[in-house]
Amino acid sequence: MDKYWPAVLVASLAVYSWKLLGFILPAKIAKNEAVVVFANKLTIALLAALFAVQTLAAGHAVVLDSRFPAVAVAGLLYWRKAPFLVAVLAAAIVAAMLRLLFGWQ
Amino acid sequence: MAFKVATLRGRPVVSMAIGVGMATGLYGLSFGALSAAAGLSIWQTQVLSLFMFSGGSQFAFVGVIAASGLGGVVPAIVSAWLLGIRNGFYALRMNGVLSVVGLPKIIAAQLTIDESNAVSASQESESDSKLGFWLAGGAVFVFWNLFTYLGALLGSSIGDPGTWGLDAAAAAAFLGLVWPRLHNLQAGAIAALAVIFTVFLIGPMPSGIPVIIAAPVAVAIVYALKRTSLKKYLEAGGSRG
Repeated sequence: MDKYWPAVLVASLAVYSWKLLGFILPAKIAKNEAVVVFANKLTIALLAALFAVQTLAAGHAVVLDSRFPAVAVAGLLYWRKAPFLVAVLAAAIVAAMLRLLFGWQ
Repeated sequence: MAFKVATLRGRPVVSMAIGVGMATGLYGLSFGALSAAAGLSIWQTQVLSLFMFSGGSQFAFVGVIAASGLGGVVPAIVSAWLLGIRNGFYALRMNGVLSVVGLPKIIAAQLTIDESNAVSASQESESDSKLGFWLAGGAVFVFWNLFTYLGALLGSSIGDPGTWGLDAAAAAAFLGLVWPRLHNLQAGAIAALAVIFTVFLIGPMPSGIPVIIAAPVAVAIVYALKRTSLKKYLEAGGSRG
């Protein structure tokens, strides 16, 4: 567990560095539409890629396990404008129940 | 930062900022639980919420650690770092709004996140814009850290995270983070491409790497498409739909 400390601190500094950079650089960069649009696109792509890994990856295998129906339920809830926490909790319950009742991994 | 309490009363920006702070802070519960379940200590989890303080980056960091363990620390750091880029743009905007120097600038930078920027940007007057930033940023910071701690306590005491569906909760959390951003066809196309490339890279690539390759490639392809006649084709298809 202690072996994670360097990574925790480096990652925290790395994320903070963007925030500080924004307060140091000239403000006119923020008015450059193309740069802002690029940052938004990259954010969407990263979150979607992380979503794919969290839903489908089991080590180096791509699997459809009980995370998949759980995420489908969460998606339905987001679509119905449910709060974040409700959807996340629902996903956990669906996956846990499928594992408990049907032994589906 | 010197706002008198009396001047706060009756200003809509105050209730908005506190509401956003409480609602967002609650996600900290899921972050704390997932972080502890990923194998980080309660203190490490708390340090992430105190010093990284950016939900997307924090979920990314512990998500990669959960999947890859100690071998995944480099892609975990890179994923978190790349997701933090957007805060840099918020910071550029906030620097113009706040005009702060010294320690307030250091603190303002730390409080620059999706929510504080959004609350500030939605105000009409300059003073509400400043106040909204400080109040929303401060409220999210306090509640996010409080709920992170509670979540970490919970996550470290429940044993196998899979039994409780915490892995599915993590997946649902990322869906919830990307969902509000999928407001047009192009955003949907980027997300879909990123998912497809990631799926193909999971097998051959070391753990954690698929994300940091697939995401930039998906963005690059959308830029490349914009430069070709396919753009016109897509636009025609979009308007027909």
